[in-house]
Amino acid sequence: MTAPEELQTYSTAYQQGMREEMERDATIFVLGTDLYERGGHFAQVKGLGESFGAARIRDTPISEAAMVACGVGAALNGTRPVVDLNFMDFAYGAMDELVNQAAKIRYMWGRPVPLLVRATAGVSQGGPQHNNSLQSWFMGTPGLAVVFPSRPWDVKGLLKAALRGQDPVIFMMHKLLTGARGPVGGMDDVVPVGTARVVRPGQDVTLITYGYGVVIAEQAAQALSGSGIDIEIIDLRTLAPLDLQTIVTSVRRTGRVLVLDEAPALAGPAAEISATVSDHAFWYLDQPVVRLAGAHSPIPHSPPLVEALLPAPDQVIDALRRLAAADGPQLAAS
Amino acid sequence: MSTAQAVQDSSSFVEGTTAEELGCWLAEMLLIRTFEETADGLALRGKIPGGMHPAIGQEAVAVGAVRGLQPDDIVAGTHRSHHHALAKGLPPGPVLAELYGKAGGNSGGRGGSMHLADFDRGLWGSNGIVGAGLGIALGAALGARVRGSNQVALGFFGDGGANTGRVWEFVNLAAVWKLPLVVACENNLYAVETATKAVTGGGDIAARAAGFGLPSRAVDGQDIVAVQAAVREAAGRARAGDGPTFLELLTYRYKGHNSGEVIKYRTEDEVLQWRNSRDPIEQFSARLTAAGLLSSDLLAEYVDDARTRVDEAVAFAEESPWPDPSTAAENVSAWSDTNGHAR
Repeated sequence: MTAPEELQTYSTAYQQGMREEMERDATIFVLGTDLYERGGHFAQVKGLGESFGAARIRDTPISEAAMVACGVGAALNGTRPVVDLNFMDFAYGAMDELVNQAAKIRYMWGRPVPLLVRATAGVSQGGPQHNNSLQSWFMGTPGLAVVFPSRPWDVKGLLKAALRGQDPVIFMMHKLLTGARGPVGGMDDVVPVGTARVVRPGQDVTLITYGYGVVIAEQAAQALSGSGIDIEIIDLRTLAPLDLQTIVTSVRRTGRVLVLDEAPALAGPAAEISATVSDHAFWYLDQPVVRLAGAHSPIPHSPPLVEALLPAPDQVIDALRRLAAADGPQLAAS
Repeated sequence: MSTAQAVQDSSSFVEGTTAEELGCWLAEMLLIRTFEETADGLALRGKIPGGMHPAIGQEAVAVGAVRGLQPDDIVAGTHRSHHHALAKGLPPGPVLAELYGKAGGNSGGRGGSMHLADFDRGLWGSNGIVGAGLGIALGAALGARVRGSNQVALGFFGDGGANTGRVWEFVNLAAVWKLPLVVACENNLYAVETATKAVTGGGDIAARAAGFGLPSRAVDGQDIVAVQAAVREAAGRARAGDGPTFLELLTYRYKGHNSGEVIKYRTEDEVLQWRNSRDPIEQFSARLTAAGLLSSDLLAEYVDDARTRVDEAVAFAEESPWPDPSTAAENVSAWSDTNGHAR
C-alpha cells in the first residue's frame, strides 16, 4: 500500500480516484450532463470542474449518442475519455455507439478503445425506467468489460485499472451504495479488471454475488454464523470477464452454491454464473446450484412492490440454511 | 504516376492545384468506377459474401472530399464506402480481399465491405450503421481538439442518415463545441428504396442543418471541382478553430442499394438522365479536355491503368488465403483471454 488507508464514501472514492488519475494523465477528460457545476447526479465528480476546468470536465447536452460517439472517436484519437451517463438507463440512447461501435473496434480494426463509461445503476427508487439491470446486456456483449464494485476500495481501484487499460469498460455503481463508507487505496492501488474477491472465507456454502448483493450477503452470513453455518462470500467485482478461477476454486471446496443477483433471472448474470459452475465444477457439487434473482418484471415505483420482486434478506438466509443442511438427492431449493 | 507526367504543362483551373494533380483526380475516379463495376460483377457471381453497396456514380464526392483535406485528416464512411476508401489511398487489392473475407483484407476478413478501415491512411472505418460514421468523426475531432493537434475529421452519411436522430445530436454537439469537423451528407436521393423527398420533412437537408447554427450549403456532388473547393474551405475553417461546416453533396447512385437488386422505385429514364448529362467522370474529362489538360491518349492511359490495378486486385483477392478459423474469437478485448473468461 502506498498511502495510509482513509475512509471515503463509494462516491468520494470515485472522485478521489478520478482526481489522482487526471493529475497523472493529461489525456483523461470527463464528459456528460451536469458535471462541471453540479458534479454529477451522484456527486461523482464534485469539485473536479473547479480543479480541471471546463475543457476536462465537459458539460454536454442530453445527447447520449453524441456523448458516447465522442468517447469512441476521442479514444481512437489518442485520448482517454470518460463518458458519464449519470444513470445507466440512459445508455439505451447510445446503444449503437456502445455495442456496435466501441465494443467491436478492436475486433474489426485491431485498435484499442480506451473508453470508460460510468453510470449509477442498480435497483432502488425511480420506477420502471431508472432501474434497469443493463449488466445482463453488457456482459453478453463481446468486447465490453463490465465492472460493478461494492465498496469504496474497489471503486477507486477498478477506476484506476480502467483508466490505465486499453479497451472499453462499463463502470456500474449501485444507487444504494452511494454513501457507503470504507477504506480506499493510494495512488497505485489498482484492482485488476476481471478479479473477484473472497469477502469472507467459509467452509459450508459459496455465496456468489456483486454490487449491493454483497451487503445482503454479509448480513446473511453474519446471521448464520451463530448457528454454525460458515458462508464463503465471493464479490465478483467484475461481471465481464468473469473470474472463473476464484469461483471454481471456492465451489470445488464447498460443493454448495447460492448465486444472489437483483437482475431478472432470465438470461442474467446469475444464469451465466450458474452455468459456469455447472461447466467447471459439476462433479464437485453436493447440491444443485440455487439461484436467487430478480423477477422477470420491470421495477415499479411503490416500495412494497419493489421489495416483492427482489430476493429478500430472509429468503437469502433461508436458502443458505437449507443448502447447508441438504443431504442426498433432496433439492435444497424446493 | 508516370501518366501524370504526360499531362500538358498548362496551368490548372483549380486554385492551388497543379494540372498534374487534376490528372490524378480523374485517374482516381476511374479507378473507383472500374473497381466498383468489377466488384459488383464479382458480387453477382457470389464472390462477396453478403454482397455490397456499389457507389458507381458517386466518385466525385469521395475524390473531391479527400482532395479537399490534408493527408493526415480523418475520414469516416458509411455502408457505401468503397469510393471513400480508395480515395483515401487504400490499395485496391486488400480492399477487394476484405470484401471476399480473405486473410489479405484490410481487416483480415473480419470487417468486410461495410467495415473497411486503415487508420494509418486516415480511413476510420466505413460503417454498417446509418449515421454512425459521423459519430466516429465527431469523436475524432474532439480528440484532435483535446490533444491540440491540427487534424480535421470528415464524417460521411447519406440522405437516409439525415433522418436519424443521432446525426443531429452529432451536428449539434460539433456546432456547440466548434469542433474541427466537416459534416458531409452524401445525398444520392434514395434511402435504400425510399425516395428521400418523400420522407424528409421540409425537403431540404442543408436548410435543416442551418438551424444548428453552423454554415451549411448544398453542393453539386457530381462536380469534383465544386466538392473539392467546398471541403477545402470547410476544412480550412475547421482548422482555424471556427468550427464545423455542413455540406450536402448532391449525387446519384447508378446501381441499386445492393448489388444485383431489381430496381422498381425509379425509372430507367431517370438513371439515364444522370448518366448521360451529369456523370462526374465524363464532366471532369470534358473540362480537362477543354482546358487542354487531357488528350485521348492520356485518357486511354488512365483507363488502362485503372483496369490493370483492378485486375491485380482481383488476382490478389483470389489468391489470398482464407483466414485461420482458429483465430475467429481472438483479440475481442484486451480485458479477456478466452471467450469472455479471465484466467
